[in-house]
Amino acid sequence: MSGNSMRERQAPSAGSTRKTLATALGVILAFYIMLFTFAPKPITWPNPTPEFPADASLFDKVSGWITALVFYGPSAGGEVDIRLVVIWLVTAAIFFTIWLGFLNVRGFKHALDLVRGKYSDPDDAGEVSHFQALATAVSGTVGLGNIAGVAIAISIGGPGATFWMIVAGFLGMSLKAAECMLGVKFRQEHADGTVSGGPMYYLRDGLRDLGRPGLGRVLAIVFAFCMIGGAVGGGNMFQSNQATAQIVSQVGGEDGFLGRNPWIIGVIFAGALGAVIIGGIKSIARVTEKVVPFMAVLYLTAALIVLLANFGEIPAAFVAILDGAFTGEGAVGGVIGALIVGFQRAAFSNEAGLGSASVAHSAVRTKEPATEGFVALLEPFIDTIVICTMTALTIIVTQAYLNPDASELGGVALTSNAFETVLPWFPGVLAVAVVLFAFSTMLSWSYYGMKATGYLFGDSQLAENVFKGVFLGFTLLGSVAGLASVINFSDSMIFLMSLPNVLGLYLLARVIRAEFTHYSARLESGEIKEFADRH
Amino acid sequence: MDTIVVGVDNSAASTRAVEFAVERAQRNTWKIVLAHVIPWTPFSFQTPSENEHRHRERQHEIEAATQQVIAPMAQLADDGGVPHTEVVRHGRPSDTILDIAAEVGAVHIIVGRTGDSGVREAVFGSVCSRLVQTSKIPVTVVP
Repeated sequence: MSGNSMRERQAPSAGSTRKTLATALGVILAFYIMLFTFAPKPITWPNPTPEFPADASLFDKVSGWITALVFYGPSAGGEVDIRLVVIWLVTAAIFFTIWLGFLNVRGFKHALDLVRGKYSDPDDAGEVSHFQALATAVSGTVGLGNIAGVAIAISIGGPGATFWMIVAGFLGMSLKAAECMLGVKFRQEHADGTVSGGPMYYLRDGLRDLGRPGLGRVLAIVFAFCMIGGAVGGGNMFQSNQATAQIVSQVGGEDGFLGRNPWIIGVIFAGALGAVIIGGIKSIARVTEKVVPFMAVLYLTAALIVLLANFGEIPAAFVAILDGAFTGEGAVGGVIGALIVGFQRAAFSNEAGLGSASVAHSAVRTKEPATEGFVALLEPFIDTIVICTMTALTIIVTQAYLNPDASELGGVALTSNAFETVLPWFPGVLAVAVVLFAFSTMLSWSYYGMKATGYLFGDSQLAENVFKGVFLGFTLLGSVAGLASVINFSDSMIFLMSLPNVLGLYLLARVIRAEFTHYSARLESGEIKEFADRH
Repeated sequence: MDTIVVGVDNSAASTRAVEFAVERAQRNTWKIVLAHVIPWTPFSFQTPSENEHRHRERQHEIEAATQQVIAPMAQLADDGGVPHTEVVRHGRPSDTILDIAAEVGAVHIIVGRTGDSGVREAVFGSVCSRLVQTSKIPVTVVP
């Protein structure tokens, strides 16, 4: 199929479009009303001006301002911060769930069939498979958030936060499908056979096709810039910082040799990363990519063992989750407190709406962009609904979240304590898992950052090398210092990605729906069929 | 004219299998499909940049296989004056040869007995034995 016919799809009838749109807007409005009606009072809109100590550097000030603005939101009852960026992402998730007619439910089985290769053309054997694209994208998102973040969320939002986290994960599926489909639809194929895709390209070319080339270019540049910032910090420095802390805690502690010289760990990380991204030593990356899924399975198995050992507590845990979700039991700020914490956790963890996964999914050489959308909807499912929920259940049945020192201990320690009650040897394994997850997240984000740099500087080799150098510098820096202002700045950048990305998704909403509708119609009519009777 | 599939790689056993097949093909007026499978699975884990370059890599693999594996075998068939076509495909070797045989409507499969290492064979089973066990048409293994 030629590129042009791929981009023009028969739109669904105007009547059904209006009805769906009205439903989506109605549900979103109802959500807002509920949110503000049930939120603890009073709701205040704080002054966003951050406060700085007298000796704050210019960077601290810039970072402080950006962080304050990106994570701005009203405070409910002085306890719950309703961050607008989380509401922005949840709104988009609700919208696309309804706009695409619950694609996450309708398309779930088809997504599994695609991943199993039932629809793969044998002539395409040897290209990137749907499974491989999904696995690559999942290993970029599964990480500290699934282990550490969930524990913190439950210690603040109570068991009920789990319920809202699952809801948000469920809603995020359609949003993820939308952005990953567009990533494939508007990817660039270079003369040498390599591909580049992601929000930069669908923002620029998708909006150009809609007659808004200027807006598209601006959004694409803003997006690429934010992705570089996010890659260097949250996708790299923060990971290196947390992984170093894990290694130190397992080997000698703060006063041990590594505790006093954490830079040694940083040098090793930077060296290993540099070998991959500069030296092109693929074996390190290959080993990581193969060990990470193994660790994920090991982690889930361990969680299952803990749950089985506490089998009698499981019904009570579910009661606590549902109770907490609707009565606000155990949550700071009641129901809305639990909801906000749960939604926030899901958004931080599965990255739906941020656009990062779209870059990873673009490498699939399918003729049907919609197929990659279906496959991508499994990502929030795996990340949030399976892995995060398992962590949450483990923490709830072992009651690790009731530890009064929860906020001081930190997320990894809380989760570690939960596993330790049944599997005393687990903290060591968990530390290894955290380090590997962190390393694979760094690998993924180095790639995202490189693609963004390539987009901004026209694939200039010099610019990419500068990026790689800076990236490794921050890997090293992260092992030595947390640098809150850098990490805050970078977190802001990651969430700022959602601004141009989701805006673009809304503008391209008709294109997205037409693509999925057209594909589903052909699937139903039998024009797209399984390649049956093959091995 | 019946069609047979000859599974080939760059081993000496493979050369003997082609010579064996060419001789029978001359007598029985068979058409030969020379099939080479590049071992590959859709269920592996890769880095983003491996995925980005995969299409180009795949082309290279196919070109290399065509020049280094298929070409010498095709020469043998040419020398014997037997009509032949070639297929190079990625996949699990035993299953993919069966798929190719089914697609071309082959009546017979001929392969060389490849020397998989002991460990590999213990874990995965050899290509030949899997082929013999699962094929619905006769398979000849040339030692």
